[in-house]
Amino acid sequence: MEAKNIKVLIAKPGLDGHDRGAKVVAHALKEAGMEVIYTGLHKTVDQIIRIALQEDVDVIGLSIMSGAHIPITEKLVKKAREEGIDDKMIAVGGVIPARDIPRLKEVGVRGIFPGGTPFSEIVSFIKENVKKD
Amino acid sequence: MGVAKYTKDEKDQIIDVTLQSGIHVKPLYGPKDLEQVGFSYEKDLADPGTYPFTRGIHREGYRSRAWTTRQYTGFGTPYETNERFKLMIAHGQTGLNVAFDLPTQMGYDSDDPMAEGEVGRVGMSVDSLRDFEVAFRDINLEKIGSGLTINAIASIMLAMYQAVAEKYGYDPKRISATPQNDILKEMIGRGTWIFPVVPAVKLIGDTIEYSMTTMPRANPVSVCGYHIRESGATPAQEIAYAILIANAYIDNVLPRGYDIDEFVGRFSFNLNVFGNIWEQVAKFRAARKLWARNLKEKYGAKKASNMFLRGLFGGGGYGLTKSQPENNIMRGAYYALSAALAGAQTIALCSYDEAYTIPTPHSAIISLRTLQLLMDEIGLRDTVDPLAGSYFIETITKEMEAKIEEEMEKIEKVGGVVEAVATGYIQRLVARQAFEFEKGIQSGELLKVGVNIHTEGEAMDVELHEYANESAEKQIESLKQLRRERNNREVKQTLFALESATKAGKNVMPFLVDCCKAYATVGEMTRVFRDIFGDFEEPSLF
Repeated sequence: MEAKNIKVLIAKPGLDGHDRGAKVVAHALKEAGMEVIYTGLHKTVDQIIRIALQEDVDVIGLSIMSGAHIPITEKLVKKAREEGIDDKMIAVGGVIPARDIPRLKEVGVRGIFPGGTPFSEIVSFIKENVKKD
Repeated sequence: MGVAKYTKDEKDQIIDVTLQSGIHVKPLYGPKDLEQVGFSYEKDLADPGTYPFTRGIHREGYRSRAWTTRQYTGFGTPYETNERFKLMIAHGQTGLNVAFDLPTQMGYDSDDPMAEGEVGRVGMSVDSLRDFEVAFRDINLEKIGSGLTINAIASIMLAMYQAVAEKYGYDPKRISATPQNDILKEMIGRGTWIFPVVPAVKLIGDTIEYSMTTMPRANPVSVCGYHIRESGATPAQEIAYAILIANAYIDNVLPRGYDIDEFVGRFSFNLNVFGNIWEQVAKFRAARKLWARNLKEKYGAKKASNMFLRGLFGGGGYGLTKSQPENNIMRGAYYALSAALAGAQTIALCSYDEAYTIPTPHSAIISLRTLQLLMDEIGLRDTVDPLAGSYFIETITKEMEAKIEEEMEKIEKVGGVVEAVATGYIQRLVARQAFEFEKGIQSGELLKVGVNIHTEGEAMDVELHEYANESAEKQIESLKQLRRERNNREVKQTLFALESATKAGKNVMPFLVDCCKAYATVGEMTRVFRDIFGDFEEPSLF
């Protein structure tokens, strides 16, 4: 998929307020030509799903630094299924220890980008993996 | 991460060094450089303990008093945190710096749906005074001062600290609490804001006003350039924004009819240490001078000790790396060295595993020992401001002063710091810089050991702190028990009084103390404010 046809939602779920990474990735995806929407801080899973539906995004990218990435993504994937949007690519970035990666994949997260992942890697992963009708 | 930009030729010789704040470093400095920047000993430095305090706030520096060691500590329930506090004190730590979990920082009780998955995760969970009673049990609150790292509801935590001190028989006039209490910086970075700018700043004004008479040893505000820098600001911007933010708090208190000298002496600062060592040292020295001048010239402060920039210089979180994490121990030592060379009053370090999660006792004690080693073993207490008079240091201290002033002017031009935060001007600027910085790291233009240079070798594995779900369950259980056991009529009455006082625009602090003493919860007190003030609306950045 060409970058200019991809719409990405960068979301900050939960109470964590560290948004440097989220904003940096948003800048990088924009510079790569994607359309990017940033939710701002302290969003509930329900709010994120609602924005994803309204904006009809292709990718939901969660940025989580507090360590709560597993409970939050579990909840989000469940909700996405209920709303019938589990075809969207769900990605997670932030402080993600290697030991949690298998569990996140099991939950249904497709892209996992721990802090420091090169922008080029994130961009090409999204381009290769986004499905669109 | 704060490394300078180096231009090298094909033989690896350095052609240019540009510090993050935009200062070019020359290969050689001499007396002519001092002349060129118009350096004068009397005007720019003066002796330590003398205005403008560039050389430090105490005449004899660390000879008369070593810096306070204050590692950021807290996790799980108040029981676990109390154990950790005692462990750190038993290892010679001289102050506390309390880490609260996110629900507490955001004013939610641990059984609130918003708190799910976060209770006790990044700090201690606090629902009510009962939790403070546990957390501070067997700690001498007259000897040990406590930093309370909380902002949006710092007023509640300061009230609770007074309540716990009184409960344990201490005179509030003799205890020392340092709530972080800097909401404008939360809106730029770190993000635990709740209320809109105007009422949020008013609450800070309330804590300052209240402390003057009731808790005169409290430091009601710790102005944080720290997190602004973590979000992408340069060292010059870090200081510029911190001073402007401090001024915004002053401007809230002055119209209440006080003289600047009655309260500004209790302000303190929390500043960052990572990056180029010379730039950090120059930054702290220039910051002390500019803060003193700001108070004297802009506000007419008269008493010298009120013009002190008293600071916690530490942390350095953004400088740490996830790769080769044990290298972070060495990084911490050098960061602490720059803080100590620059005359910090308090130093705390991020521990080597903190690029992953909150520290284990093992890593926290390594950080504490790093500070003690600098203090007792290698000579940092020998003499005050040891780098003074260096052609290089004095030249770049002057240059840094000019850079900081430039950044302050830029903000004044867009309508001042409150406006620049409310509209997202500063947030956009630092986010853009963070992106450019990250590109520099990824391209290898900015060097980082273990990340883009010297990456060879086996991956290091470190033991990490494990989050315990059971702690959250215990906390929620004890909150439910509290709600059954407390005098709910008294809770209602004190909350009602708080509501009336808030609506009437009174100083909320005495009412919060009453609520705390009646065991009202953090969530209940915050709810009163939320209903009256509403929520901060984050400016759109993209």
